[in-house]
Order: sequence, then C-alpha cells, then structure tokens
Amino acid sequence: MAGTTVRVGPPVPQDIRCTIDGRAVTAASGDTVLTAALLHGHVLRHLEFGGAPRAGFCLMGACQDCWMWTESGARLRACTTPVAEGMRLLTAAPSGWPA
Amino acid sequence: MTVLIVGAGPAGIAAAGVLAQHGVRPVLLDENATPGGQVWRRLRDEAALDTLLGGEAAHYRRIHAQFAALRPDIEYRPGTLAWAIDGGTLHIAGDGRAEALRFTRLILATGATDRTLPLPGWTLPGVFTLGGAQALLKGQGCAIGRRVVFCGASPLLYIAALQYVRMGVTVAAVLDTTPLHRKLMAAPRLLADARTLWRGVQAMAALRRRGVPIRSGVRLRQFVGEQRVQGVAFDTGGQTVTIGCDAVATGFGLKPETQLAELAGATLRFDPASRQFLPAADADGRCADALYVAGDGGAIGGADAAEASGALAAYAALADTGVAVDARARAALRREVQRRRRFQRGLADAFAWPAHWIAALPDATLLCRCEAITAGELREAVRRDLGVREVNRGKALTRCGMGRCQGRFCGLAAAELIAAEASIPLAGVGHLRAQAPVKPIARGMVGAA
Ligand SMILES: Cc1cc2nc3c(=O)[nH]c(=O)nc-3n(C[C@H](O)[C@H](O)[C@H](O)COP(=O)(O)OP(=O)(O)OC[C@H]3O[C@@H](n4cnc5c(N)ncnc54)[C@H](O)[C@@H]3O)c2cc1C
Ligand code: FES
Repeated sequence: MAGTTVRVGPPVPQDIRCTIDGRAVTAASGDTVLTAALLHGHVLRHLEFGGAPRAGFCLMGACQDCWMWTESGARLRACTTPVAEGMRLLTAAPSGWPA
Repeated sequence: MTVLIVGAGPAGIAAAGVLAQHGVRPVLLDENATPGGQVWRRLRDEAALDTLLGGEAAHYRRIHAQFAALRPDIEYRPGTLAWAIDGGTLHIAGDGRAEALRFTRLILATGATDRTLPLPGWTLPGVFTLGGAQALLKGQGCAIGRRVVFCGASPLLYIAALQYVRMGVTVAAVLDTTPLHRKLMAAPRLLADARTLWRGVQAMAALRRRGVPIRSGVRLRQFVGEQRVQGVAFDTGGQTVTIGCDAVATGFGLKPETQLAELAGATLRFDPASRQFLPAADADGRCADALYVAGDGGAIGGADAAEASGALAAYAALADTGVAVDARARAALRREVQRRRRFQRGLADAFAWPAHWIAALPDATLLCRCEAITAGELREAVRRDLGVREVNRGKALTRCGMGRCQGRFCGLAAAELIAAEASIPLAGVGHLRAQAPVKPIARGMVGAA
C-alpha cells in the first residue's frame, strides 16, 4: 500500500523487517519509525480522546503527536526513534493496556 | 570553568567555536543525533545537497566542516535531551540514562519550532508543520506527500516549497496569507539585509518559473478530508475554493523554545512585534547570572543572526569570568545581530500572524491537539462569571495546554483567543509557564537522576 510520505532520490536497500498492526513491512537503516510507518500507511496512532487518527505534525520531536505502541506495551516517539529489525508496532494500545 | 551549551545549531556551534579558541572545552549537547540544528540539519543523502539547498549548499558545507574541525576541542553529546535546570545543575537524559551536570556558565541555543494556527481539520493525518516538511526532506530524504500545498505566513514557505520542487515533488500551490501590499510596506526595513531579501525574491521567481501557483492575501478556511487530508479550502474573490492535495505544510513564523531559559531564571517579556513572550536579555544574550541565550531561542533572527549571537554569548561568558576577549570583534558582532534582527522585525510585518482569525474560529475547532480541547470550550471558560483572563488559569480550568507538547502548539492561539473573547490586551493574558521535564523522557529515568 502506498503511504502518506514518499522517498525522494535514489532507492535505498530495504534491510529491515518489522510489523505495523500485524502487517509485515520493510524499511531501510536510517529510517525513523515514523518514516517506516508513513511510507506504508497514513496513521501512527489514534487519539486517547475519541480515537481520531493522527500521523504526527512537527516531525522534530516537539508536538508529541506521533507516539506509537509496541506489542509488548512500550511507547515510542516515532519521529525521533530509529526503526529496528523485528519491531512490532501498533497504532493503538495493545488490548488490556490503558490508553 | 564548566560551560554547557544546549543546542548544536548555528548558534550553539558558533558559541562552542569561540570558547574553544580561548582554551575552554565546552560541553555541547543536542537532542538530535547529528549537528546543524534546523537550518543546517544533516542531509541523509548528501549527494542531493546542491540540488536541495541550491546557493545555500556552500554555507551548509562550511558549518559542517567547522564542526568537524571543532570536534576534538569540545565534548559533544548528541542524542541528549536537556530536560530541567535547578540552580547550577542541568538535568539531561540520553542513551536511556539520566545525569545531572554542574555548570558555571550555561548557554541556551535551543532554536525554535513552527508557530502554527489552529484551523478546522489541522489535526488530520497529512497536515504537517512547515519546518517538519523540511526536516523530513533533509533528515530522512522523504517528502510529506506527492502533491503538497504550502500555506501560512512565512518566508520559509517559499524556501521550503522550492526545496520540494527541486527534489521532484509536485507543489500544488503556495498560499501566502499576507497581502502583497504589506510586504511592500515592510520593504524599507527588509533592506537592512538586502542579500537575504534578494534570496527570498529569487525563490519566489524560481517557483513561478516552474509553474507553481502562488496566491497572496489568502484567507484559509479549512483543511478538508475525513480520515486524511485531501485539500485546502480558502477564500478568493468573494468565494471559497478548494485545492486538492495529499499533504499540507503549514507555518506562521517561528516560536522560540524558551522553556529551559524560563526554568533557569530568565524573565520572559512580551514582544509586541511577534506577539509572543521572549527571554529578556541584553545585547550579548545575558539573561540572568551565568545564563545566556543565543539564536532563535532568544529572538527569531534567522541562520546568520544565530551564528553571530552564539559567538556573542560565548564572548560574554568568557568576559564575565575574567578572560580577556577581542573588544572589536564583539562590537562588530553586536552590530551584525542588530542589523539581522531589524530585518526580522520587517519580516514579522511582511508575513503577519493573522491573530484575528483565531477570534473567528468556529467553536468546534480543536485548539489543543493533545487534549482535544475546542475553541468553544475555552471561550465558554472566558465567558462565565469570573471568567478566565490569564492563560495558565485557562489551562487549569479547561486542560487546554496541559498535554504532552506543553502548549508549544496551542499556547499562543489560546492566549489570542482569551484576549479577543475578553477584549483585553494580549500582553496581560500571559504565557504558559514552563514545567520540567520540558519534553517527555522515558519512564524510570527521572528517578535515576
Ligand atoms: C525546519 C526549519 C528550517 C529553517 N530553514 C531556514 C533557512 O533556510 N534559512 C534561515 O535563515 N532560517 C531558517 N530557519 C530558521 C532557523 O530556525 C534559524 O535560521 C536557525 O536554524 C536558528 O539556529 P539556532 O542555532 O538558533 O537554532 P536551531 O538551528 O533550531 O538549533 C537548535 C538546536 O537545539 C536543540 N535543542 C532544543 N532544545 C533542546 C533540549 N531541551 N535539549 C537538547 N537539545 C535541544 C535542537 O535539537 C536543535 O538542534 C529554519 C527553521 C526551521 C524550524
Ligand atoms: S511528529 Fe511531533 S513529536 Fe513526532
């Protein structure tokens, strides 16, 4: 699936595998979690209040509107966290976790 | 003496350079993994440097070469957030660890973030800040979309749009919200920095040549879309039209990162030209005992003013500890900073922040992105008996500004809304007080400090 963002310039080797909401996606070393997620989709998280979709805003660590979950219940700021092999990312809190 | 510098943008790098020249080894820390700050953010693909930055590429090379040469003479700590200050101690976090650093002098070169204006639909996926659009392009080699609208009031609209076009992205339109006549009125002051003015004019001409539609004096109405942005609605010639896109970059100038300065004891003073509160500082950036601000974190001045003011702050820190410094170099730097800031005040007029739009926001529009507080909820708090007249009171009553961004993106709009609704001067509404940690840090690290 084509996502919100798009790479400019020459293609980069897709050497990292991870999942987003259970779906397998590939990424490149040097990508942030946000880059990896928005190249393949349009949403990073759902707002705690009412569930509206959000996909980051400032892209520089200031607005905090890009925090994603991992399946193990950790939270990370997508625009400043490098993506890593085997990450299992979620756009909503894992079941059983309070938002 | 121990000098700490927060921020490795042009201001922080210049400050570190002057200190190193005088035999002082400063600690330079930055939340980012790479040096350069916003304007000289390290490109992921430096092969694209000349294409992306055009005439500014030489300046980028100079700054990064200067930093590389400086590296052995400073203690550089990338990936490190400064999150609190008390007395002579700076609290930092990085690599999953927290630490407390004692200092004798502190130089804050923390830069700025975009000043944004709430509009219906501004929280839709695909709507990003103007600075964010540039940060993604430079730092990640990605565009925010395939067909992008740039809108707001800022000279960076044109610079960013041109960077996108040069990298092969379609720019659907540049929608500049200030009318052309305001720019002409500001022209005499803009001549204070003719070179930068000329660069701006050239950027506009280059966009026109490449067929990018540019509209001035546009009244923005809404970012349109359901699950993601699909267009921007604006008024023109008495009717509302929508231009289609898959991403938006929006910005209305910059907002200095003043939180650390405030925690360190700086007084924030209302600046009528930019309608924001800035750290009160003397010509050298001195704000309090042993505390200095430089670059955009003190007053918006652009990349060149940031460099000059960073050097000035370092000279002041040296002089204040009894080190002999070159008086002529300092005098020249002071003149340079003054000239650049005069130019910026001209820019603030040429690209005015449309505060009156905030007063006219529909009640249902989200003002606070983090806590999902609407304009109507804050208005209601102003209207009731003994209603809100001060922005921190508004935060306590409505939660507007209480979220994780600490009011960086709603604080100015909330203050404007309160002032308009209560018919009182903006200066009296105040600013959201800074709180530690100035940004969220990983759980567990605070306790370890
Ligand atoms: C995206 C963007 C693009 C711009 N492009 C241009 C341009 O083309 N031309 C121009 O003249 N101006 C431009 N500007 C204006 C620009 O802000 C200044 O020109 C210049 O970058 C200011 O330099 P500075 O050193 O003051 O701050 P910055 O360059 O913003 O650097 C500040 C640094 O401090 C760090 N920092 C902040 N807070 C903390 C903390 N708490 N802990 C640790 N580190 C921290 C940040 O990570 C950042 O690296 C741009 C601004 C933005 C936001
Ligand atoms: S997008 Fe703003 S903090 Fe990540």
